[in-house]
Amino acid sequence: MNEIGTFDILGPNMIGPSSSHTAGALRIAFIAGKMVEKVKHVKFVLYGSFARTYHGHGTDRALVGGILGYHPDDERIRESFEYATEAGLTFSFEENFTDKEIYPNTVDIYVTGEDGRSMSVRGKSIGGGNAVITRLNGVEVELTGNYSTMVVQHIDKKGMMAFMTTVLSAYDLNIGSLRLYRESRGKVAYAIIEVDTNVKQQVVDALCGFEAVQNVILVPAIDLD
Amino acid sequence: MNFTNGAQLLEYCEKENKKISDAMFERETGYLEQDAERTVKKMQKAWLIMKAAAKKPLTEDIVSMGGMIGGESRKLHTLREEEKNICGSVVSKAIAYAVGVLEVNASMGLIVAAPTAGSSGVLPGVLCALQEEYGFQDEEICQAMFNAAAIGYLITRNATTAGAEGGCQAEVGSASAMAASAAVELFGGTPGQCLDAASFALVNILGLVCDPIGGLVENPCQNRNAMGASNALISAELSLAGIKSITPIDETIGVMYAVGKSLPSELRETSLGGMAVARTACETCQACMSKRHSK
Repeated sequence: MNEIGTFDILGPNMIGPSSSHTAGALRIAFIAGKMVEKVKHVKFVLYGSFARTYHGHGTDRALVGGILGYHPDDERIRESFEYATEAGLTFSFEENFTDKEIYPNTVDIYVTGEDGRSMSVRGKSIGGGNAVITRLNGVEVELTGNYSTMVVQHIDKKGMMAFMTTVLSAYDLNIGSLRLYRESRGKVAYAIIEVDTNVKQQVVDALCGFEAVQNVILVPAIDLD
Repeated sequence: MNFTNGAQLLEYCEKENKKISDAMFERETGYLEQDAERTVKKMQKAWLIMKAAAKKPLTEDIVSMGGMIGGESRKLHTLREEEKNICGSVVSKAIAYAVGVLEVNASMGLIVAAPTAGSSGVLPGVLCALQEEYGFQDEEICQAMFNAAAIGYLITRNATTAGAEGGCQAEVGSASAMAASAAVELFGGTPGQCLDAASFALVNILGLVCDPIGGLVENPCQNRNAMGASNALISAELSLAGIKSITPIDETIGVMYAVGKSLPSELRETSLGGMAVARTACETCQACMSKRHSK
């Protein structure tokens, strides 16, 4: 169990009105926004309470703000639609009321980058401004964004784990956690690596050196100070 | 130094002759290994955000996202300035600032969740009023905020501060307990008196349901923050007068948690009961929403 500190109680410093519907939603989109190079279009599909109350909670503005890379305490969130338009980012929202089994504060985010690459990200807001990414391109994962995180998309293949740990130790990175997620043997898989410090581009380049690796995505931790 | 319940906290404070705020700071910088200077700076920043949020409605017109609240803080300040208020300046200011923070929160402004966004008005309301009326320095207020955090930590650690789990008593109740304890420390009360004040605050609103109209953090949340602020001041005064809580804080927190769990889910943030299903409230909410969307 994570210890509760002073600023878990007096915090987060956030744009209102709801830690789960505003700050937590932003966090999911912040991570999704890092999944492709410069997001040009994004579609959000909202479930449960997100779908029912997103206007009044500013969930929609928070989600767009997250794609723009804003932090939960950024006062531009309220006007994020205008800033997105200025930045050439198009966005749309859909409500899903049919899927009732899903966790109430869930959003699916489909991002498309400048180079046409796209990715789907499912996240849930779990309260207190915290969030968890639960799916990447349909593969079930777990990613909190509380640490600097590398997402290594690869073809499931022997020797992958050994290769990654070798690279990480060569660059003197302390691994907080390293988990592998795959849909089925020999198909696309994701390694999610959380580290204590920021990751340099050389590490990404080194990881891309393995033939099975398709893409390495860096997600910086949201610094709330 | 670590503590996981009120008994341990009290024992440490009494043995070492420390304030609750000292103990919380020591836990943060010792047990949790946070940098002392950075911890102080973070608290100063939280206080600045709280003050700014409490005072913003005095100079800006605010309309909430859901359209149900906006302008209440200024009305309260005006009433007091015209000397038509009932409560006396401390309580009048505390409630005016508390509802103001909720306006800022509901209009996508910057606030500090304390402990939650829905209860974010209580602590700034009380602290801003005490600072203005009794001249406390920012450093003293920031110190007292560690006391408030200690109470919030005990509740979060051993029960809940989430409305979805424990109702409004867990949100505004916790905020009120935090503010009550901080106020007692500011007025020179003992750690025991701080914890008793926190107990009073929780017990006074035991069972309060969470029933936000339209699922939004607007109404009845805003008025309940005013109530939470005044309840904190009442509870602090009871304790400072030497009145003792019948239960120690740990037991009170346990009672609050048990009551929260026994509340039907309709009354725990689902908006399926209470004010959220009152016919007129629903009509008002829908009228506000459609007015906003047609803009």
